[in-house]
Amino acid sequence: MRKALDPFLPVLGVIGLIALWYLAFWSRIVDPVLLPSPGDTFRAMYKGMAGGRLSFDFVKTVERTVISTLIAAGSAIPLGIFLGASQRLYRSVEFVIDFFRSTPASAMFPLFLVLFGVGNETKIAVAAFGAALVILFNVAYGVMNARKTRILAARVMGASRVQVLTGVVLLESMPQTFVGLRNGVSLALVIVVVAEMFIGSTDGLGHRVFEAQQLFNMPDMYAAIFAAGALGYGLNLLFLVAERYFVHWSGK
Amino acid sequence: MADGAVRTRLATEGVPSSAPSAAPTAPHVTVRGLTKRFGNASIYERFDLDIPRGKLISVFGPNGCGKSTLINIIAGLIPADAGEILFDGKPLRAIRFGYVFQNYREALFPWLRSIDNIEYPLKLMKQPKAERRARVEKLVAHLGVKIDLKRYPYEMSGGQQQLISIMRALVVEPEILFLDEPFSALDYEMTLFMREQLQRIFMETGTTTMLVSHDLEEAVYLADRILLLSRGPAQIADDVPFHAARPRADATLSEPDFITTKAHCLDVFQREVRRG
Repeated sequence: MRKALDPFLPVLGVIGLIALWYLAFWSRIVDPVLLPSPGDTFRAMYKGMAGGRLSFDFVKTVERTVISTLIAAGSAIPLGIFLGASQRLYRSVEFVIDFFRSTPASAMFPLFLVLFGVGNETKIAVAAFGAALVILFNVAYGVMNARKTRILAARVMGASRVQVLTGVVLLESMPQTFVGLRNGVSLALVIVVVAEMFIGSTDGLGHRVFEAQQLFNMPDMYAAIFAAGALGYGLNLLFLVAERYFVHWSGK
Repeated sequence: MADGAVRTRLATEGVPSSAPSAAPTAPHVTVRGLTKRFGNASIYERFDLDIPRGKLISVFGPNGCGKSTLINIIAGLIPADAGEILFDGKPLRAIRFGYVFQNYREALFPWLRSIDNIEYPLKLMKQPKAERRARVEKLVAHLGVKIDLKRYPYEMSGGQQQLISIMRALVVEPEILFLDEPFSALDYEMTLFMREQLQRIFMETGTTTMLVSHDLEEAVYLADRILLLSRGPAQIADDVPFHAARPRADATLSEPDFITTKAHCLDVFQREVRRG
């Protein structure tokens, strides 16, 4: 009986949160203007997503996040392999990478605005920059930490340097590469949403949240926040599933 | 000293030689003047060794005497500082050989199914797919292996994984097989099982085999010769023949020949440990 309930355990937290929300709404602890009922919020979300303005902004944010992640992965993965292949080369650029990885990407907005103007490119460029550093460092570490025994095993069987790199080291680095991709896409989403709020934006989830707040349309604002949350969760899940498929040996 | 090392010593005190050794044939592997240093520590200093053909040689000695280093140098995993190692007069790159690591988890490729792991060295030799499959099937039939090779290594037990490693080393039909403490990561039950597997493989193929072991019972049980090393720079403390008929079984362990041979090896080992 207790075991039979186990699959529903994750739902309990959701039900609990909604119950608390209703309680807060009905008891008027919070000003109803600031906290609409869950019903109103989900209605706003449904209306917005079913062909409304929210779905348009949602797609825009997805586009920007996906493009910036693709640019980041496309540049950082080859560079990470290159840097990781030589421990000494990586050590010589490690500080620079760590420094900019630790720099809040939002601090780079003004610079990128100067470079790319106020259009779409800036948002994508900043997000790609932030994500690329995260991916780069993970790929390089994945390559550097390739199991020595495995490399030796391939070499002893007669594999050339290129065969060791493509047949062993690259595959060895894949679990860590996926960690980088997952963190990278999360960071890209954060940067894109922030960028959509401020830099002369006309669309995107960040813009939707900001605009709804300015118009004091709270159900719409909460709806956009939840949409952004769902997007972040969904992207993470997507990469987890992809990882389980492409890197089936990860953690085993 | 070098001369003494080259000769196979027979009938050492207390060890009866059950059969006079066969007419001396040309050694399979000749090591001459091997020198290896790690920093200031001299591991091998003008070391000579002959390895006979078609025999199983166990290498045994105190910790840090360079047992693994010896087969790693012979198998080309570590470069020697000086010296010459020839296989029938040829260098390593001209022969086919197999090497089995102690750490099977890290030596197998987890992204490849077991069968593809075994085929990997054949792929490096650019053999076509059909031929590779045929070679593996032949090996499986030869060894009587009953494992589902479609599975990934991480889905298998430790013993099965090490068996896959050994098959990967054997599939190229090596002229010589190196094993570096192949069973020391396995539990006792699996170790006993794998000893029998290795003995069967050796009897089936007759491949010259060099086994590094840290378990004296295992070293003697499997060996035609037990090479006892002294501490650095390593010398051959003794080179003990063991002629019990194959297949050997649990009963072998209680035969007088086994007991005296093992006792003698232990004596030599203790002497070397104390000297170190």
